[in-house]
Amino acid sequence: MPEMIWKLVEISIIIALLIPMAAMLVWVERRMIGIWQDRLGPNRVGPFGILQSFADLLKILGKEDWIPPFSEKLVFTLAPIIGAVCVLMSFAVIPFAPDIGVSDLNIGLLFFLAMASLAVYSVVLAGWASNSKYALLGGMRAAAQTVSYEVFMGLSVMGVVILSGSFNLREVVLAQSEGWFIQSQFIGCFVFLVAGIAESHRLPFDLPEAETELTAGFHTEYSGLKFALFFLGEYLGVTLISAMSVVLFFGGWLMPAPLDTWLPAIVWFIVKIAFFILFFILLRTSLPRPRFDQLLAFGWLVMLPLALFNLLATAALKLMEVL
Amino acid sequence: MANIDLKASKDWQPTHVLPICDEIQAIADHLVLTPVTAIENIVDGIETFWLDKKQLTQLMQVLRFDLSEPFDMCFDISAIDESERQHVAGLVSDFTVSYHLRSYQRNQDIRIKVALTNDDKTLASVCSFWPNANWYEREVWDMFGIIFEGHPHLTRILMPNTWQGHPLLKTHPARATEMDPFVLPPHKQDEEQQALQFNPEAWGMKRQSQDNDFMFLNLGPNHPSVHGAFRIVLQMDGEEIVDCVPDIGYHHRGAEKMGERQSWHSYIPYTDRIDYLGGVMNNFPYVMAVEKLAGIEVPERAKMIRIMTSEMFRILSHLLFYGTFAQDIGALSPIFYMFVDREKLFGIIEAFTGARMHPSWFRIGGIASDLPKGWDSLVRDYVNYLPKRLDEYEKMVMQNSLLKKRTVDVGAYSTKEAIEWGITGPGLRATGFSWDLRKQRPYSGYEQFDFEVPLGHKGDCYDRCRVRVEEMRQSIRIIEQCLNNMPEGPYKAEHPQTTPPNKANTMTDIDSLIPHFVNVSWGPTIPAGEVSMSVEATKGIMAYHLISDGSTMSYRTRIRTPSFAHLQMLPVICKGQMVADLIATLGSVDYVMADVDR
Repeated sequence: MPEMIWKLVEISIIIALLIPMAAMLVWVERRMIGIWQDRLGPNRVGPFGILQSFADLLKILGKEDWIPPFSEKLVFTLAPIIGAVCVLMSFAVIPFAPDIGVSDLNIGLLFFLAMASLAVYSVVLAGWASNSKYALLGGMRAAAQTVSYEVFMGLSVMGVVILSGSFNLREVVLAQSEGWFIQSQFIGCFVFLVAGIAESHRLPFDLPEAETELTAGFHTEYSGLKFALFFLGEYLGVTLISAMSVVLFFGGWLMPAPLDTWLPAIVWFIVKIAFFILFFILLRTSLPRPRFDQLLAFGWLVMLPLALFNLLATAALKLMEVL
Repeated sequence: MANIDLKASKDWQPTHVLPICDEIQAIADHLVLTPVTAIENIVDGIETFWLDKKQLTQLMQVLRFDLSEPFDMCFDISAIDESERQHVAGLVSDFTVSYHLRSYQRNQDIRIKVALTNDDKTLASVCSFWPNANWYEREVWDMFGIIFEGHPHLTRILMPNTWQGHPLLKTHPARATEMDPFVLPPHKQDEEQQALQFNPEAWGMKRQSQDNDFMFLNLGPNHPSVHGAFRIVLQMDGEEIVDCVPDIGYHHRGAEKMGERQSWHSYIPYTDRIDYLGGVMNNFPYVMAVEKLAGIEVPERAKMIRIMTSEMFRILSHLLFYGTFAQDIGALSPIFYMFVDREKLFGIIEAFTGARMHPSWFRIGGIASDLPKGWDSLVRDYVNYLPKRLDEYEKMVMQNSLLKKRTVDVGAYSTKEAIEWGITGPGLRATGFSWDLRKQRPYSGYEQFDFEVPLGHKGDCYDRCRVRVEEMRQSIRIIEQCLNNMPEGPYKAEHPQTTPPNKANTMTDIDSLIPHFVNVSWGPTIPAGEVSMSVEATKGIMAYHLISDGSTMSYRTRIRTPSFAHLQMLPVICKGQMVADLIATLGSVDYVMADVDR
């Protein structure tokens, strides 16, 4: 029983840290993009504008929580919640440090993939329930895009499973103590990252919202707190994909010999995540958006063969005991 | 660096081998073309003929198809309400409809005028000869109530569907103070909203195909990618566009009507707001037209300063295009770098004129003020600065493979289509057709400059962007030549009708004082006459067609803008495109809604 309470406390702490972190990420992103685009970015609220997200949050809480009269009200309300919940659930299987982490699920990786798939419902349902043409187009795009990219995401991590012999993410990390999987799994890592961006609907794969085409895509009709939930989901998603990349390919909290003693394991983990998050932000500032059919063609014609090749090569090398 | 021969500066004059009317009569001798009389005083050198309305279709057939080098482009169609005309020429009746046609092969224009009476305000449509006559005829109907028989869909184009009356009639009030106060009670609001509902059947569209229903998507009037208040109704099959109907008029401010209520001088600031990215480029055709009517010779220094500042605005406009184009494709950053460059150039414009986007700086007879001290170092710094930045953007935007995939072979049209639809400027040159007004019909001294006309070859979105990027480099060349060859001398002509009038001798000489007083208080009186002047503006050919009735205000101000024609072509380009392609196409067309609606 006390163990149970301890677990609940741990969960609360992680959520209490994750959500403000996602909010902070909005500020980090706007600031970084600002710098990269020769501008200042938000710098008015608090030192360096650091409290910008909280000002935004206050504003959003003060907005009317409007449900369009023409929408499907129940689904319209549920959709953003599904999104945020699915992403948060995925964090349950992430091993943050040797002794931090909510669950040591032995099918952790599968659980993550399952949650990523469920998160699509959020976007599709939002698009459908809004009963608006732009939202519907966004929802349709999201469905096609996510279903396609999910396939390679699953396949791209199978190489890691072969090497570590486990679906348990903590064991995946521990299996990298000899060397990070990126050494042999660079193709898998590339496919995973691309699929990850597509799953989190970020530029250059932000077609479901594609501001210049669909105004705001699936969340065109959303405002106030529900809109904030979508936003939260997106930034948590970025953090999640970064965390997963670190866990699967970059050794989780592990660092090579002299470095690991300089900082605590959890700090190293966060540093690595931050690196990936910045990479995602940089991508957003530098790349244009492909067209819908080009995106799908790229997925099926380039990413799928790459992921399959990676899986076969890894399996063959493992059987020959090279790896 | 080319040296400029200042003595050679003479504006383009049409050269005629054989009078066009002889050529027409050789083909169809029953056509009666009446040349204009001296009283009409047409000073732009465009051959103009009066024609009986019954013969319109036959003449158009000859002009469009039967002549050896036909008039393949319908440049403009406009009308004039003649009811208050003082200087009445022989054939003038209650209304005149004026067709301005152009032959690219001949490099010649022709103007056909048809007189209409109040009892019979109908005329045959010429849409079958030039597809782009469609919108021009709709506009004439909207503004004057002249009915074009055989027009496919004669409805309001600039005014709302619920509007009563035809605004450019002389009887229609020109100011809000002449009308009842505007009110919008709920029932009227409902009516207005109802009138905006799109009815596919009215446009000959089906609601479903054999196996599925079409979706009608309202893109705009408020949408991030329509660059202003512009609405396109898309008929879609999934994400593919089957057909579309552009709906304009949301930015209509009645600029042409205002021209009839402003003095020749005080209309200059209104021109700035036509293509609001073009700045002084808009003043250019207007002041040239007035000067032509008044017979004012502009000094060389003023001419060159006009060219230099106009080319600066070409760069400003193209930089904005470049950035927003990339942004429409989804690249978020380039526009911010380009805004930095624009900001620097606006700094120079500000130093010259005191204003930034709308300097209203040209005056009848010259410019408002001489260049400030040290202008040359400002300009030289910029001329050295921009090419390096353009090289960077080349890598960032033009060579980006994602952007190429989105734009190459997307939204393409051929030279023939472009001419048929009245496309001018970079959109025409992107198809590989080298026609730049600055080269073909040099004005204000452009013939002295050494620059090239960049061309594309496919006429797709990518080429349209490519052409504009190269044009910026050519503009820099022109500015550099201005910098090295700026002549000394006055910046405004010595002529009583320039604005503001010359004040030098007013305190000593009564014959200077009186015209000065009159020209300041009433504004200059421009001799009766008619003129049309064009410039190669940022987006294509912009023309001001002015008719003076010998008064202090224009009798009719017609503004032919490039964007109007460009938007009309959208349904032709976008059939079969995806929504994302349409956005790329819209970005590449580079229109400004103020330029379309005026």
